[in-house]
Amino acid sequence: MSGLAIEVRDLTRTFDGFTAVDHISFEVKAGEVFGFLGANGAGKTTAIRMLIGLLQPSGGTARVAGYDVVRDTEQVKRNIGYMSQRFSLYEDLTPRENIRLYGGIYGLTREQIRERTAQMLERLGISSIADTQVRSLPLGWRQKLAFSVALVHQPRIVFLDEPTSGVDPITRRQFWELIYDAASHGTTVLVTTHYMDEAEYCDRISIMVAGRIAAMGPPAALKEAFTVESIDELFVRLARPEPTLNGPHRSRRARRIRSRRRRQRAKSRRALLLAPTAALQRRRRRCIT
Amino acid sequence: MSPSQGPAKAGPHDSRAEGSPPHQAVEVESISKHFGATVALDQVSFAVEKGELFGFIGPDGGGKTTLFRILVSLLVPDAGRATVLGLEVVKNYRALRQRVGYMAGRFSLYPDLSVEENLTFFASVFGTTVQREYEQIKPIYVQLEPFKDRRAAALSGGMKQKLALCCALVHRPDILFLDEPTTGVDAVSRREFWDLLGVLKAGGLTTVVSTPYMDEATRCDRIALIHRGRLLGVDTPGGITAAFGRPLAGIRVKDRYKALLALRTYEHARSVYPFGDVIHYTDQRADVPADRMMADVKTFLAAKGFADATVARLDPTVEDSFIARTEHAA
Repeated sequence: MSGLAIEVRDLTRTFDGFTAVDHISFEVKAGEVFGFLGANGAGKTTAIRMLIGLLQPSGGTARVAGYDVVRDTEQVKRNIGYMSQRFSLYEDLTPRENIRLYGGIYGLTREQIRERTAQMLERLGISSIADTQVRSLPLGWRQKLAFSVALVHQPRIVFLDEPTSGVDPITRRQFWELIYDAASHGTTVLVTTHYMDEAEYCDRISIMVAGRIAAMGPPAALKEAFTVESIDELFVRLARPEPTLNGPHRSRRARRIRSRRRRQRAKSRRALLLAPTAALQRRRRRCIT
Repeated sequence: MSPSQGPAKAGPHDSRAEGSPPHQAVEVESISKHFGATVALDQVSFAVEKGELFGFIGPDGGGKTTLFRILVSLLVPDAGRATVLGLEVVKNYRALRQRVGYMAGRFSLYPDLSVEENLTFFASVFGTTVQREYEQIKPIYVQLEPFKDRRAAALSGGMKQKLALCCALVHRPDILFLDEPTTGVDAVSRREFWDLLGVLKAGGLTTVVSTPYMDEATRCDRIALIHRGRLLGVDTPGGITAAFGRPLAGIRVKDRYKALLALRTYEHARSVYPFGDVIHYTDQRADVPADRMMADVKTFLAAKGFADATVARLDPTVEDSFIARTEHAA
């Protein structure tokens, strides 16, 4: 791999003649924290789903961790972690059990799982509640645990989809320190967020508007280039260029994406979990035969 | 904000105004509520004046939704007393429900009905019609009108919230309770939503709104910071930040994370938090002048190898204040 964690060239996806992602190209360097921004319906989720191997592109190429997302889907899944705000942990399991479950799904050995569990509990400072049901933990702890679980198989790249929604400001900052820490150990982070200040934590950001990348670069450079005070201001300017509110075009677009998105979300949760398991079973079969 | 300027009322609704005290739209005294072992609200007291845009600012699990549900009479508090528009929320719930508009945190419309059908339905429940109340909902409805035949389920996040707001307004309530109307909505739609609340406020409507986004606090006349069932302060946004009480330094440096970790080891450091591309720093020394503090921080960072660090005085934000108050409470 060329020091690039993600390489995207002219990536495109159409649904029934409607272009959700329209020839986007970008690169993310290994160890970079990359903010993937855009208004609801701009095409972020479609793009991410292609990058994690859950959706076939209509055109263009994408390599993640050096693997082609179409040809080497299994390898892509093996080398990435994923955390979303909605689906992260099993609430009726304890932190220790969640770690063991995910470790098993990703094919870690018992020894590895034991080691990783001890490390993670210590790093998060949650050894005391390691055997408490996740349901009864504060949201902030759950989010931090979910992040660690997404890293249990030491992926090269982790995708975080609105990881800090609704958590208190201190926890939100502690969460970002976990992100920095992971990045300083070489993990590449691609993160989406509705908190515009979080955009400024990123090494680089991109802002998607109507399926295309409208701006990309380090936050400071973008602010200078667009002569704005904050990324929030830039976001508003790009995402809603004219003062008239949602035009019919925009919302037809949003409507289509949304109805599709609901179906796909459920599917992606299953696929993410099942894919490594299937690979695991194949490997087991190979061992047996 | 002018408290004397009550909500604009149409003729037929004037008869409903009995029982209203002169100034307060909401009065809450020592409300508590628990669910099992969880204390959702712990002796919460505050008042909202008529015509105010009042915000509850705090993260999930703070008690915002429980409080709103009590104020619109959907939950009964364990202890304490609350009146809305002069009506006691437990005893006078029937009268109260005619006069409050409530937008629940989760999307509460009928997804299979069109925009127009939803509105018509909510109007008919309250014995009125969309035509009769058009003036009230007009500022928002004009944005929805191009999509009036679309099913609610097929609207974008921002548009759903606008429709929900319309439905909460269609019976011309004297007070609005909006529970997290902007959660999960993108930054642009959030901004537009707050602009609409500004329009309603200009019409004299009292609005109580909650949000986890601290940057939205400045759109309110007054705010209450709420965390783990308790109020950490009630004041104007300016009053909340003015009470921060110590100089705040903002540090810009190339290697932010390493500098952050280094600063945590500094003997005088009180709090060190990343805020976007700036590190926010406060000092333990209570009486140190700001200039001296900033010079010391710069010297410390330079000695640690961060020669490029720049240190500047910052005005604290509502979020800084929230953090400081939760640290204090913990």
